[in-house]
Amino acid sequence: MTYRNPPTTPRKSATFDDYTLSEIRRAAATGIYDIRGAGAKRKLPHFDDLLFLGASISRYPLEGYRERCDTSVVLGSRHAKKPIELKIPITIAGMSFGSLSGPAKEALGRGATLSGTSTTTGDGGMTEEERGHSKQLVYQYLPSRYGMNPRDLRRADAIEVVVGQGAKPGGGGMLLGQKISDRVAEMRTLPKGIDQRSASRHPDWTGPDDLEIKILELREITDWEKPIYVKVGGARPYYDTALAVKAGADVVVVDGMQGGTAATQEVFIENVGQPTLACIRPAVQALQDLGMHRKVQLIVSGGIRNGADVAKALALGVDAVSIGTAALVALGDNDPRWEADYNELGTTAGAYDDWHEGRDPAGITTQDPELMKRVDPIAAGRRLANYLKVMTLEAQTIARACGKNSLHNLEPEDLVALTIEAAAMAGVPLAGTNWIPGKNGF
Amino acid sequence: MPATNVSKATRDQSHARVFDLAELSLRELNQALHQLTPGSNETAWEVLNPKGSHSVAVGVDQPVAIDVRGSVGYYCGGMNAGGAITVHGSAGPGVGENMMSGSITIKGDASQYAGATGRGGLLVIEGNASSRCGISMKGIDIVVHGNIGHMSAFMAQSGNLVVLGDAGDALGDSIYEARLFVRGKVESLGADCIAKEMRPEHVELLQGLLDRAGVTGVKPSEFKRYGSARTLYNFNIDNADAY
Repeated sequence: MTYRNPPTTPRKSATFDDYTLSEIRRAAATGIYDIRGAGAKRKLPHFDDLLFLGASISRYPLEGYRERCDTSVVLGSRHAKKPIELKIPITIAGMSFGSLSGPAKEALGRGATLSGTSTTTGDGGMTEEERGHSKQLVYQYLPSRYGMNPRDLRRADAIEVVVGQGAKPGGGGMLLGQKISDRVAEMRTLPKGIDQRSASRHPDWTGPDDLEIKILELREITDWEKPIYVKVGGARPYYDTALAVKAGADVVVVDGMQGGTAATQEVFIENVGQPTLACIRPAVQALQDLGMHRKVQLIVSGGIRNGADVAKALALGVDAVSIGTAALVALGDNDPRWEADYNELGTTAGAYDDWHEGRDPAGITTQDPELMKRVDPIAAGRRLANYLKVMTLEAQTIARACGKNSLHNLEPEDLVALTIEAAAMAGVPLAGTNWIPGKNGF
Repeated sequence: MPATNVSKATRDQSHARVFDLAELSLRELNQALHQLTPGSNETAWEVLNPKGSHSVAVGVDQPVAIDVRGSVGYYCGGMNAGGAITVHGSAGPGVGENMMSGSITIKGDASQYAGATGRGGLLVIEGNASSRCGISMKGIDIVVHGNIGHMSAFMAQSGNLVVLGDAGDALGDSIYEARLFVRGKVESLGADCIAKEMRPEHVELLQGLLDRAGVTGVKPSEFKRYGSARTLYNFNIDNADAY
């Protein structure tokens, strides 16, 4: 019997993990960075790191299913003659036609309308599908101005000036040639089949003083009727919020780095911008410092998944949240029923993020006429409405347990954090302590 | 509000509706213009004392003539659809931005981003235009009697830009299908923008543009044409140095 030294268990590097190694090999083979859809996938401090305290001897709860808990919100009352009135504080974020199929846009409109909330156009103009099926439609005013025209501006219910988005603060977009159908090409005034770069800066204004003049122009063109939102990526939420208010915004939209995109470099998505949780308190603080909290409404987006997330965001001071990725999942995105098709694309249901390639097995992020038949806009719209209803009920359940007769009465005092990071970002005490990192000199 | 306020406007001897911004607000002017209906007899408007106001005559959507007596600030004639706007002075940034149709004539000079993202109609600048003239243009025709600044026609998608004078640095950077005609010197061309042959159809097109812009004594043969080399239309890593 020969003696063998005890073997060492093969150990993979935490720094050079499997994903990292595969990415190095992919880059070496192709010579191009990875482009994908969706938002940051890395683990980040998030709403999961917060807990509600609920009622106790000093706080009494409201009765579930009996006592009223209001969910409505009015957006844009600062200057607009016709503010947006929503039944629930959950809106559908901007996603472009071009990136999404026509039936998917229609389904978003149907689901939002059934739920008494708004949906939003995207970088590609307004389609009849979404205008026709959205009772309240927010029209994005983007750097590319693809499909922009005064008629659509006037038949929108609100205008969202997009400065940036959470997945890529400071980045434009790229719609690859394979997704440019005749219809998409016509709406964007570009030849079919070529890559369409969406600009990262607006062509006719730079900086907060120009933005103020641009907002004046949009108000004059629409006769001061429409609420004007300003959307920023989660970069400098305190100053961006303050500058948007100064420029005359009715509503500020702050999108954290978990917020999705149709197509951006992986390196951009994962390394630029701040987590949603880190953006909320600075944005709320800016509004409070200006005496504009609840006068200019704050919408936060990026990784909102359920009623608890909604309730936590509202407790931290936001007026409404917006969902994009979650809404697509409700429509059928990444559904395991298409697993065989996902496997063929070298991925698996739940991980598919090559939304820019136009081969989406679920028929949502595609312009392929056969694939898009997989989305039944009526049924998918119904699923979205169901999902929004569940989120709302969940948020109400929590609010009642905290003794609130309106979701907007939730407050930071109802929350504690599970981690020091989340406590510092959200400005609420670490669970079991009265310690808020960064406050009172500690 | 508007009906009564509009009646405050007076009329001059040519029966144009005269709107004095020293007495009436910008809001009242734009509101009155937006309330025009097809077939209205209020087809001639005169705006006095603009004094650099922003957003003068924005969102016009009827074929009316508007003479602005003086210089304007940002976004004059923004999103114009059918109006024939003449500025008897100079224009600030973004004049005629996203114009759909109609015409805008600037008797003086224009600041940055003139005609940005314009989709149709004709923008004539009788003086010089600053940087980023015709940025992201999407079908508009722009004729500049003088010179244009740097980065003009950046990411220009469609339409025609005619320059009787010189063009600054990086003309037509990342251009798509817009056509650029420059009579004078071009400081430099931007990424993927090249000089192109003037074929008979271009001569014809250019002559038509010069005629529409009221340019006389200048022949198409004096111009050079520039447009996209189309090498950056689909991403290729070997082109990365071009950016």
